[in-house]
Amino acid sequence: MATEQTSDAAQEAHKSITSEDPNSPLPTDGTDDNDALQSTSEPVLDVSRENTPPPLPPRPRQRPDDIQHGSKTLAVPVRGARPHLQSKATTALSLQDVHTQSESRRNSYSAHVSRKRSIISLRKGRSRSGSEVDDVASIKSYAPTLGVGADVESILGEVLKNQETGLRSLSEHFALSQQQDVLFPADPEFEEAYLHEFDSLTDVESDNMNEDAVLQQWKLKLKHFMILSSAGKPIYSRHGDDRLISHYIGVIQTIISFYQDAEDGLRGFTANDTRFVILSKGPLNLVAISRLSESDSQLRSQLEALYMQILSTLTLPSMERMFSNRPSTDLRRPLEGTETLISALADGFTRGSPSTLLSALECLKLRKSHRQVINNTLLKTRSPNLLYGLIVASGKLVSVVRPKKHSLHPGDLHLIFNMLFEAGSVRAGGGETWVPLCLPGFNNTGYLYMYVSFLRAEDDKLEEISERPDISSEQDEVAIILISANKESFFELKQMRDDLVSQLAKNRSLSHINSAIKSGRPSCTDIVPGTPLRHFLYKSRGNVQFTMPSFAPHISSDLDRRRLISLYHDLSASIHAKPTTLKVHHNVGVHCISLAWATSFFELYCVAPGTTSRIALTQAANKIVEWVRREEERVFIIGGAVF
Amino acid sequence: MADSGATAPKPSSSVKLVLLGEAAVGKSSLVMRFVNNDFQENKEPTIGAAFLTQKCNLPTRTIKFEIWDTAGQERFASLAPMYYRNAQAALVVYDITKPTSLTKAQHWVAELQRQASPGIVIALVGNKADLASDDSPVTNDESDADAAGTTEGDEEVAESEENENANARKVPTKTAKGYADEESLLFFETSAKTGQNVAEVFTAIANAIPETSLKGPRGVGGNTNLGGSRPEDTSRVNLTGGQDPAGAKEGCAC
Repeated sequence: MATEQTSDAAQEAHKSITSEDPNSPLPTDGTDDNDALQSTSEPVLDVSRENTPPPLPPRPRQRPDDIQHGSKTLAVPVRGARPHLQSKATTALSLQDVHTQSESRRNSYSAHVSRKRSIISLRKGRSRSGSEVDDVASIKSYAPTLGVGADVESILGEVLKNQETGLRSLSEHFALSQQQDVLFPADPEFEEAYLHEFDSLTDVESDNMNEDAVLQQWKLKLKHFMILSSAGKPIYSRHGDDRLISHYIGVIQTIISFYQDAEDGLRGFTANDTRFVILSKGPLNLVAISRLSESDSQLRSQLEALYMQILSTLTLPSMERMFSNRPSTDLRRPLEGTETLISALADGFTRGSPSTLLSALECLKLRKSHRQVINNTLLKTRSPNLLYGLIVASGKLVSVVRPKKHSLHPGDLHLIFNMLFEAGSVRAGGGETWVPLCLPGFNNTGYLYMYVSFLRAEDDKLEEISERPDISSEQDEVAIILISANKESFFELKQMRDDLVSQLAKNRSLSHINSAIKSGRPSCTDIVPGTPLRHFLYKSRGNVQFTMPSFAPHISSDLDRRRLISLYHDLSASIHAKPTTLKVHHNVGVHCISLAWATSFFELYCVAPGTTSRIALTQAANKIVEWVRREEERVFIIGGAVF
Repeated sequence: MADSGATAPKPSSSVKLVLLGEAAVGKSSLVMRFVNNDFQENKEPTIGAAFLTQKCNLPTRTIKFEIWDTAGQERFASLAPMYYRNAQAALVVYDITKPTSLTKAQHWVAELQRQASPGIVIALVGNKADLASDDSPVTNDESDADAAGTTEGDEEVAESEENENANARKVPTKTAKGYADEESLLFFETSAKTGQNVAEVFTAIANAIPETSLKGPRGVGGNTNLGGSRPEDTSRVNLTGGQDPAGAKEGCAC
């Protein structure tokens, strides 16, 4: 823990925060007993409350952040050697133990289980006796004492000689923890699983010879989404075809209906390290099965989004009519062709989406005056049948034109963005698209009609996408989205789009948009020079928008991105836990230190390497808040063009 | 077809064209081949409808196609009239490996004949010809011909399945061609994947549009004897009766 900050600086940081919001004192003193410090070791606490006290007296802890080692390890299936752990743990020098520690620590981070065990865990629930759990907890607490000496090998060399794997993972772990730039420890098992998460399953051969292998692939998926009708008919499953999953659907249906009969609907349950969350919506049951350590409310909001996607295709009344006419309706037929949209949403959640986590939108950073010009152009070219008009660049909102009495629902926009930017069909088709869709947040009973045209932000002229053969740089595309309630207004809106684009080209707005896309998100150090922060999320509650820096250079891989989002998920879950009084939440680990801070105006989540002191992190967080306040009209759309 | 290097100003007119057919038969792929000369494996389903334009240069005039590429899913069917209303041409597409798609195509043809503008030029297109491994479907046609006389298109194909075990083709050329002749439709078997016959379909349609129904400046030379003037058309398209869709000849596929 590098503590470079002077106490003056600490006080200053403290002052500046308290002056903004007296309700949210940020801890700047780094003591353990601060109320606001919530370590992530809740499971340990839970267990020791619920069960008999640990058989071993806990060893003195070295640092508060070592708690990280004990976090969330309880759900990890135990190795065969478990019954002996208690005696061996007191020495903590047998490799078996050390290996278990380092491995389960890794598991704890990702909530991932290895291939073999995951199957066991899905087949039969493992009974976890309290004493076992306590063993793990107490072992974890002093695992880090081994880490003090840099040369672990010399301490353990004799014992470990013939068990190289354990040693390697252990020394790797400590080597990594000393590198400032590694926010997340290496985790080969999670990496392996995540690498194949989005692969489609091998087809089951006609002779069923490979069924077990395919089922194994299926069980290795970290996340499943399933949708079934209340009559038990499968509607959608992210992984696996009907034949493969039919009896799992049956089991789920049985469990759900058992509780429904008791008029006490099942909301979720845990099996081992897997969380099942169920959302019942009228004739539909939606199920999320996750090993990514997401909270119930997060999983539930993901299921809500899938439900909105279904409504967006069918509208609520027509879906209800289908089921009231025939309760055994097979909804897959009316939903035909939207599987890609649902899967794109689902994969977005699995990959990790700040937008969904925060239920907010990201805007393209533009100068206030430039955005004003675009807004005025939208108002000027508005055609009479227009309801909403949006300009979207690389998944970020540039400008909105809307009637005064209708604001836009973030969930609706998320569906549109998903359709246009995640599922490729509209973009890949080239040309212009006319899509009937229901925006459930706006009105779930009827259809609106959406005109979509992609421009390519390549030069100031913005040649149209249909003029070129390939769709290589999909990130750089600007979409004009015009929504009307009149299904015959395609050509009217097409005319508006033509006017709009030529006006925007004339007043140089397109080149401003273009250069804003090119410059991308600023990096953390662009925003605050010298900041220790690696990444942050800032959500403006009033505007329902968020802003964040680029993932590069520190979070480069998809995997790291997923783990960053997982960390944000944890932070978000802890400050949104109810009943809540928590305004500030520090999460201190070996590899990274993070902070969640909620006020009535904003939510801020930020991450820095483990060597950063809490004081430094606090200061950095204050700098971000200052920056956003300064740039508010650039990073957010305040109001938009209203008519 | 995609070239638009017009050297001398030719009279040009626009033609509204709609694509109809069951989901996943390759409507969008045909359009993408025609407009961008591109092909995408495993393309995602079209949502709603896509509007594209492409010029087609005939020797005497330029036809600008305004193409409505509709989604094939059932739930979009009620919107179809919006797209085929006022259309001068329609491409009704089926998948030669899927007999039910021909049945669906026949329903679309019937609907168009009932509801669309009277002069509409309809082309029946069997797509995914690249999946038919036989280079000369004629041999199969012999056995299928008997069945075709007695049963509807899709049922007889099931019987012929055994004859073509190594072949993904389930709809014999002869069946579909027979139907197209009966209904006076243009007929082609195409492959959006290889590009086979795709340009020919649109050229044939351009030629088959009655001049009187064209908007804009009139063409100079009319549209007779155009088929023979394009080298790639000579073997497949013989549009002797271009004025009248009923007289249009179908391409012999493959």
